[in-house]
Amino acid sequence: MHLELRPVPDYKWQYLSPLLATMLTLLSGWLLFAWLTDAPGHALYVFFIAGISDAFGLSEWLLKATPMLLCAYGLAICYRASLWNIGAEGQLLMGALVGSAVALEFLDSESSLAIPSVILAGMTGGALWALLAGLLKFRFNTSEILTTIMLNYIAMNLLQWAVYGPLKDPGGFNFPESALFSEATLLPVLWPDTRLHVGFLFTCVVMPLTWLLLAKSFVGFQIQVAGQDPKAAVMAGYPVKRLGYVVLLISGALAGLAGAVEVIGPLGQLVPTVSPGYGYSAIIIALLGRLHPVGITLAGLLVSLLFMGAELSQIEMGLSSAIASLFQGLLLFFFLACDVLIRYRIRFSPGTVTPQPNH
Amino acid sequence: MDLDLLASLLYATFRTGTPILLVALGELICEKSGVLNLGQEGVMLMGAVTGFIVVSQFDSYALGIFTSVLTGIVMAAIFAFITLTLQANQVASGLALAIFGTGLSAFIGTDYQGQSIAGLPSLAVPHLSEISVIGPAFFQHDILVYTSLAATFLLWWNLKYARLGLILKAVGENPDAANALGLPVLKVRYLAVLFGGAMSGLAGAYVSLVYTPLWAENMTAGRGWIAVALVVFASWRISRVLLGAYLFGLASILHLVAQVFGADISPNLLAALPYAATIVVLVILSSNQTRHKLFAPLALAIPWHKSR
Repeated sequence: MHLELRPVPDYKWQYLSPLLATMLTLLSGWLLFAWLTDAPGHALYVFFIAGISDAFGLSEWLLKATPMLLCAYGLAICYRASLWNIGAEGQLLMGALVGSAVALEFLDSESSLAIPSVILAGMTGGALWALLAGLLKFRFNTSEILTTIMLNYIAMNLLQWAVYGPLKDPGGFNFPESALFSEATLLPVLWPDTRLHVGFLFTCVVMPLTWLLLAKSFVGFQIQVAGQDPKAAVMAGYPVKRLGYVVLLISGALAGLAGAVEVIGPLGQLVPTVSPGYGYSAIIIALLGRLHPVGITLAGLLVSLLFMGAELSQIEMGLSSAIASLFQGLLLFFFLACDVLIRYRIRFSPGTVTPQPNH
Repeated sequence: MDLDLLASLLYATFRTGTPILLVALGELICEKSGVLNLGQEGVMLMGAVTGFIVVSQFDSYALGIFTSVLTGIVMAAIFAFITLTLQANQVASGLALAIFGTGLSAFIGTDYQGQSIAGLPSLAVPHLSEISVIGPAFFQHDILVYTSLAATFLLWWNLKYARLGLILKAVGENPDAANALGLPVLKVRYLAVLFGGAMSGLAGAYVSLVYTPLWAENMTAGRGWIAVALVVFASWRISRVLLGAYLFGLASILHLVAQVFGADISPNLLAALPYAATIVVLVILSSNQTRHKLFAPLALAIPWHKSR
């Protein structure tokens, strides 16, 4: 068995390889469940179908997808610009932290400005955290991959500091949590009798906007030229650095929005476990969705399903909920591996020599 | 500062710096061959959990450490297959490895979460360990600390004087020329990546069997990432990796020092210090772009295939 370069890349594999990767992940899941439990078929059913088989499950599915999708749309814009922002997690946490700090100012207030203030604060927090990485990159040539990772850990520690210190609920029996936010600060529920709140609508707005930016706007075109060929972008006179700041600003603000929406949505207070790794999952979602808003939406729903399945299988079968990130890692591995089929074909027998392409 | 405190500070610096040193040495070899493996954090966690499980089941540290190293190699082999044979993007594959390793280690370690073991006993060097201050600081460590120092020297010597180091550098700087010379480019890269995995597995064993002899999800707390950053700001030089690893060891135990001197700073803020220090050092060292470009392996993170 060996790889053979295709004369021309086969672009249908751009669509097929995420599907094939999903199939392979499901197959691995079946094998894993066959090893861990007596009824792998039932386990797969519990994992992927039982959770969303009723209205409440569907609402929880969309609820979980919301923060990850918001982060992933932003990351897609970054990655189109070849800026490897790994820091959605930290930007999300900063959004949650700054948003909560503002939300606590509205504890005894009925003001209708409460929600917009929190959201704006969260977006600002996330955006500033991302711009910091941008400053380090464009001013000091520091790899954004490494700085955004470090900023994730710093944000996590800042969050810990806040819930153990200044933002701790004075009447909370010393638990590392903020006070419960007031009714005026909480996002209204969108779907009665569920937890799905209006924050979900943000994804419905951001998705088409992302598409418009990337596919229809001149700025989006400039961003992608700067990403694919920075020299050409400089030659064309595009403001490459400013574009870099802009994409980081957008993706940081979206991740911050995700954080703010989490604390005034389903959580209702600031807790140390705001995010079970939503920012990292968003990276997988953005890549799996091939940096396209529609693909990302599908990938986001799939990963959200993995999170739900892991929770349910923990309750029903006593499996560790870490299985969610295990599956996500597998999914990304299979996806990257399947991408080889775009440019190469697999030959099982050595022999026929095909003419090489003329370059 | 009294001398006993100085001795224990040095002792703790060595212990804290060792896992970072081990990972950074492996990553340096990997990057010298032209492959960027960002996934060392995940490999480290897998090494930590498998070593811990084997030791708590069979009570043999040798077997535990061996398992960790083997696990590291297997994890690195997955990465090597995807990036070298299938030529996937190295940055994305490294992230996948980190996420996969974090998830898998948490998954297989569920039943062991929070458990602890006795910890690898330390090996006092005869006579030398009895000297005051110097003895407790340098000569009362465990076998892995000494191993990491020996490995540092061996790798330094190989890169500087041996044919092996020359082959490695040729493959990382100019794979086409190396191939034309008849050097097996992909094989060298495979071996370098596997070596990196073995070192990260060993570092994982150090964390869960020696440094804090217990298992907790995500217990490496970003050390794998710091080590990857360390390779960059050490300009791919062994001597600076050694120095840098201990500087980070020192930065990570500063909260203990602060407590000794009675400083009233939140431990959560101090815990962020090593990460902030990493950024600061990266900024200082990479702001000179020409120098940075001069030292980085030329073919770093660029896929290479014979038929290209």
